Amino acid sequence: MSNKVALTGHEILANAMRQINPDVVAAYPITPQTELVQLFSQFVADGKVDTDFVTVESEHSAMSATVGASAGGARAMTATAANGLGLMWEVVYIAASTRLPIVMPVVNRALSGPINIHCDHSDSMGARDSGWIQLYAEDAQEAYDNALQAIRIGEHEDVRLPVMVNMDGFIISHAVENAELLADKDVKEFIGDYNPDHSLLDPENQITVGPVDLQDFYFEHKRQQIDAMENAKDVIADVAQEYKEMTGRGVEYFEEYKLDDAEIGILALGSTAGTAKVAVDQLREQGVKAGLLKLRVFRPFPSEELVEALKHLDVLAVMDRAETFSTTGGPVFADVRSAFYDAKSDVEVVNYVYGLGGRDTRVEDVVSVYEDLQEITASGKVDNRVNYLGVRE
Amino acid sequence: MTAKKDAQKPGWKDVPEGGLILESGNATEYKTGGWRTHRPELDKDQCINCHRCWVYCPDSAIVSEDEEVTGFDHDYCKGCGICAHECPVDAISMIKEEPSTEE
Ligand code: SF4
Ligand code: SF4
Repeated sequence: MSNKVALTGHEILANAMRQINPDVVAAYPITPQTELVQLFSQFVADGKVDTDFVTVESEHSAMSATVGASAGGARAMTATAANGLGLMWEVVYIAASTRLPIVMPVVNRALSGPINIHCDHSDSMGARDSGWIQLYAEDAQEAYDNALQAIRIGEHEDVRLPVMVNMDGFIISHAVENAELLADKDVKEFIGDYNPDHSLLDPENQITVGPVDLQDFYFEHKRQQIDAMENAKDVIADVAQEYKEMTGRGVEYFEEYKLDDAEIGILALGSTAGTAKVAVDQLREQGVKAGLLKLRVFRPFPSEELVEALKHLDVLAVMDRAETFSTTGGPVFADVRSAFYDAKSDVEVVNYVYGLGGRDTRVEDVVSVYEDLQEITASGKVDNRVNYLGVRE
Repeated sequence: MTAKKDAQKPGWKDVPEGGLILESGNATEYKTGGWRTHRPELDKDQCINCHRCWVYCPDSAIVSEDEEVTGFDHDYCKGCGICAHECPVDAISMIKEEPSTEE
């Protein structure tokens, strides 16, 4: 039994947290995540969950308390955005390397400076090497679906890694959408109980968490994290399949939109994928063979599967809502291009950095990217490998 | 290229996940006496068994049996010399652990 609602992204995600009913949530408010935690704290105050809600004085403490709770064997969550994630930084790495399956919604927002509260992916992309699994959502429904699946993925015994559930700030978090919420009992059944292998609160089996780990063993522990990420690929696919059987919704690593016979394509993640779908539809009406690949899972990176889905294209544009300042393009572009290199593919791959700091990206902007791709196909040459879409010249 | 001594250590599939230490009290297995450059030596004839050295030793490397100081636990003594400094009757002297390379 599911329940159709019209709510904001935050309300929908807060309901996911209510249904998950974590043992501990420690959080600090930061725009645009504030409302999410506030709504959840109302559920705590109203007795709708039996979560221990820890109010802390910073995001560093929020992640620290969440790590402590998780090491104690609790199902623990927090949420953050932008500079909040920045302030959590060192503990974000500790959560992953200690193999704690924390689930954290990240309401994506530009990192200062200059100070900006609007959406881009500089926060989560900045944390791409921290060892967290990263899921991205096109809309609030997917953010909800990802949050529930994240619990299963992170806690799987072959994985035991934390998961970021990314949702575009304001664009998804503050807009009202239709969504289908599962029945509380179905969520409970789907996520099951959390049974950690070890707990700091087990006096019969005393352990030390977070000891010094120098040149003797640190490398081995990093190697284990890589193994867990490799395992996560299968687990993500299995959990997605199971979720799909239950709800009819969901994809494993990415969604292919009109990609089968496409000649030119865009790869995007987050809410822009929705905008791109409209652009694809418009172009298809004009007979242009345009397609879209919407990436759901950025860490682990589904390299082989991506190439397989895209290798028949003439030209692919990778959309990046973050910069790396490498001067060679954005973070998603780097990974996609590297995947194509291995495949010895002759697909031209170009990069569009767009939407920084909440710069609006409209359907016509995406259409202009497809037009560029048509030109590349026609001329057979790439003038600009990396492009800045929507910046004033 | 793996050094020989690394090859004797467990590989990544065998070490506990997440850097956890799965048993308590195993710090005793970590012998820290190897840091020492000077070792304390006790002159039992001079010692008046006041146990000041025992109180001041920042590790617990002074060995006391039947209320008598009998020597040092060299597995953990760091050679800091505090015991020698605090002894009221100069019953402890610090001697060089090894001849230095300069010699
Ligand atoms: S030298 Fe330092 S560590 Fe060694 S017995 Fe004396 S006080 Fe203890
Ligand atoms: S401080 Fe000196 S005299 Fe006192 S017990 Fe130690 S060695 Fe003996």
